[in-house]
Amino acid sequence: MSRIGVFVCWCGENIARTVDIAKVVESVAEIPGVRCAMNYKYMCADPGQAMIREKIASEKLDGVVVASCSPHMHMKTFRRAAAAAGLNPYRLEMANIREHCSWVHADKEEATRKASDIIRLAVAKVGYDHALNPIKVPVTRRAMVIGGGVAGIQAALDVAEAGYEVVLVEREPSIGGKMAGLSETFPTLDCSQCILTPRMVEAGQHPRIKLYTYSEVESVEGFIGNFEVTVRKKARYVDIDKCTGCGECSKVCPLKKNLSEFDYGMGMRPAIYMPFPQAVPARPVIDKTQCAKIIRNGCGLCEKKCAPGAINFKDEDQLVKEKVGAIVVATGYKLYSIGKKQESEKITGYGEYGYGKYKDVIDSLQFERIVSASGPTNGEIKRPSDGKTPEKVVFIACVGSRDNAKGLNYCSKICCMYTAKHTMLYKHKVHHGEASVFYMDIRSGGKNYDEFVRRAIEKDGAKYYRGRVSKITEENGKLIVRGADTLAGVPVTIEADMVVLAAAMRPADGIEELAQKLNVGYDENGFLMESHPKLRPVETNTAGVFVCGACQAPKDIPEAVAQASAAASKVMVTFAANELTREPEIAVINEQTCAACYACVRTCPYHAIEKVELRARNGTLIKYAARVNQGLCMGCGTCVSVCPSKSADIEGFTEEEIYSMVEALA
Amino acid sequence: MNFGYYPGCALHGSSNDYEQSIRACMKTLGVGLAEVDDWICCGATAAHSLNHKLAVALPARNLAVAQKQGHAEMVAPCPMCSMQLLRAQHEMGKDAGLKAEIARIIETEMDGGPKVLNIIQVFERIGLKELGAAVKNPLKDLKPACYYGCLLVRPPSVTDFDDAEQPESMEKVVNALGAKAVAWNYKTECCGAGMTMASPETVLELSNKILANAAAHGANCLVTACPMCHVNLDMKQADIQARYGVTYNLPVYYLTDLVGMALGLSASELGTDRHFVVAQPGKGA
Repeated sequence: MSRIGVFVCWCGENIARTVDIAKVVESVAEIPGVRCAMNYKYMCADPGQAMIREKIASEKLDGVVVASCSPHMHMKTFRRAAAAAGLNPYRLEMANIREHCSWVHADKEEATRKASDIIRLAVAKVGYDHALNPIKVPVTRRAMVIGGGVAGIQAALDVAEAGYEVVLVEREPSIGGKMAGLSETFPTLDCSQCILTPRMVEAGQHPRIKLYTYSEVESVEGFIGNFEVTVRKKARYVDIDKCTGCGECSKVCPLKKNLSEFDYGMGMRPAIYMPFPQAVPARPVIDKTQCAKIIRNGCGLCEKKCAPGAINFKDEDQLVKEKVGAIVVATGYKLYSIGKKQESEKITGYGEYGYGKYKDVIDSLQFERIVSASGPTNGEIKRPSDGKTPEKVVFIACVGSRDNAKGLNYCSKICCMYTAKHTMLYKHKVHHGEASVFYMDIRSGGKNYDEFVRRAIEKDGAKYYRGRVSKITEENGKLIVRGADTLAGVPVTIEADMVVLAAAMRPADGIEELAQKLNVGYDENGFLMESHPKLRPVETNTAGVFVCGACQAPKDIPEAVAQASAAASKVMVTFAANELTREPEIAVINEQTCAACYACVRTCPYHAIEKVELRARNGTLIKYAARVNQGLCMGCGTCVSVCPSKSADIEGFTEEEIYSMVEALA
Repeated sequence: MNFGYYPGCALHGSSNDYEQSIRACMKTLGVGLAEVDDWICCGATAAHSLNHKLAVALPARNLAVAQKQGHAEMVAPCPMCSMQLLRAQHEMGKDAGLKAEIARIIETEMDGGPKVLNIIQVFERIGLKELGAAVKNPLKDLKPACYYGCLLVRPPSVTDFDDAEQPESMEKVVNALGAKAVAWNYKTECCGAGMTMASPETVLELSNKILANAAAHGANCLVTACPMCHVNLDMKQADIQARYGVTYNLPVYYLTDLVGMALGLSASELGTDRHFVVAQPGKGA
């Protein structure tokens, strides 16, 4: 016979108002196996905890039920108290008579009966509880950061500064991400490259940061503390160790008319190129789809010109393996594709704006390159079609965002701010120019943000029209922008020289494949799912994998950087101990009864179950079985429900325990 | 090649020149058009704004009789008709309850009905190469502005034809005939037909913009596939010119007029002699 103690909490008035505590205590005291039933006004307070400790000792209790609030609130508190009194903490259960009872019922008599029933279930369960011990997993104190934009750089530097090695993987030839291509940043108008490039150099030269550029994550194995990531180093055709970054190769390359990815097609680059002068590493890459030597064994001028002999036309992709203990995903964003071509059928694009048809209709990142001192026009504002200075520029906000008809229902959050910035940058360079903005709402929450928008309107004279643009057409070199001013209630037609579309932010290409490799969830728009939107904002549902930056949701630089530091601190927490401790309430498979059908292996959403061979001491095979990897299992119980031989169970929530609770209710 | 043919009210009335043109063209091309027997109103005029079920039931009945008469494909040259027919199919396709209700109202079971084609799709079906090969009289002097109007390509979820904002399909047909379609900006703008009764000035204003833009881009004629657009741009062109003090004298052709002209048919065979704006010598038929 077990010796169970029940401790009923009033939670001040919260429980006691609707539940008759005295009656509950009286009824639960009579349950067979209950040694003592106590009550107290605040069981979580020190005297309450002391009462639990004291009773465990004096009554030699082997199981405890605390009837109070949700286990999310105080399970840890009470289990600590039990452990302090020498009882295995996993022999303490909570009966939730607050959220599940007193808070949701009005009738005192019925609530009292229900509270007694809930406690009865917990008593039944605790009788089957046995001692569990936290699981220890070794940890490789080395992190990987995927994505080398501002968020990835920040996370990598923070972790490296804390003393751990970091592997930074970037898909493009240089780190820097989207921010490296921006002109000035809101709300201070400080130069984006001026503040970013020192951080890039720091990351590139940091003794504890190993940089893989022009590389992508191929596959991910393992679990928290013990990941093994295979990275594909794409053939660069340039040996970055031999190369000195002198740039002679780009100068002699005859194929100079290729659209520059870094300039979003606003400028040109050779077939062998460094994406931008401040690239880290400052090493070029050959575009194999354009190089005449690679395509048809022609040219080869760069090889002849290269003094250190760094060019290698026979270069091939390489796969390298890296062992890390934690992974930070910072893959960033891309812009919504405005024209007709869309990757999904539910998004229709904005044919009415003539993007891709009219050269002077550009998106916001293209405008950033035009305004940027490092851009194709050296920062002079010239329109793409004829290089003239545009006298009238129209900016259209919410292109793709907040538009159910076009497929994306979310707000991209940063466009209001950068559009205001665009009008300012334009007006600062073209003083007599006219900047007009069509907007739905101005969303400028943030430190000094609304002041910034007001400055654009009041000091720099941007004209703001609340309304949408219905169509853009081209007449005699002018873009005829027809829209509505819904505040004045009139149609507006502007003969513009250039139109800038603030396209929605979307997660970068390949995010879904990467999420699947990492076992991380993503939402309908492809943004990675955090573990809890408020309280676990950088964790994912896979232990040891963290997210930061625009891959999780649209966000601006300060927010991305803050989140990156948060993710880095989570990595440091993971690395703080030599061994990781995990809750033991995970799946366990009885290998003796397991029929090795592997239904669990196939259904486990965390790939936490592996096939094993059971061998005798002399090495002969006894049988095959399934085994749970304690580092990976999240205790979801899917394996329990699919196991035909009933060999799988969840510690702390065994079938025996669940059925005992059901029976107690009958 | 044979199609069922749903003329709709306009092609039997105010725009019978369009039907004449279609029939002359198809006869020359060897395409059979079998008029659907016992067709009724498509529901485009009053029904669609007054009674949703009626607006589905009317085209649904037309689809049902066409299906019963064995037409797998049916040409509805008037874009208002084709849109109504397509919309009925679209709505019944995604709402089984509505489909059952309509079947009860029209007292006929109907499974989707024939595939509905507009006149451009007929030429696409014939094949632009084949069409080009049949040309006897290349329209090399013609610089048409192809005008789609509102309903030929809209709403895109219903019509599922060409690009709703930047359509090109009509240009491809006229260019196959040897003409040089001009690039212009009012291809899909409203001609004002919806306001014909309520506000005739609106029609003049909107149609004027269309004519002005076509002329500004060097067009020497307009091409349309819609009887309503034709009325506004052709018949009302004199009123527009008087009101705005401009002279366009832009002939407005149905797409089949151009095909017919290229095939060597005469103005009287096509009915273009009955248009209001008469072509200038050297600028087409």
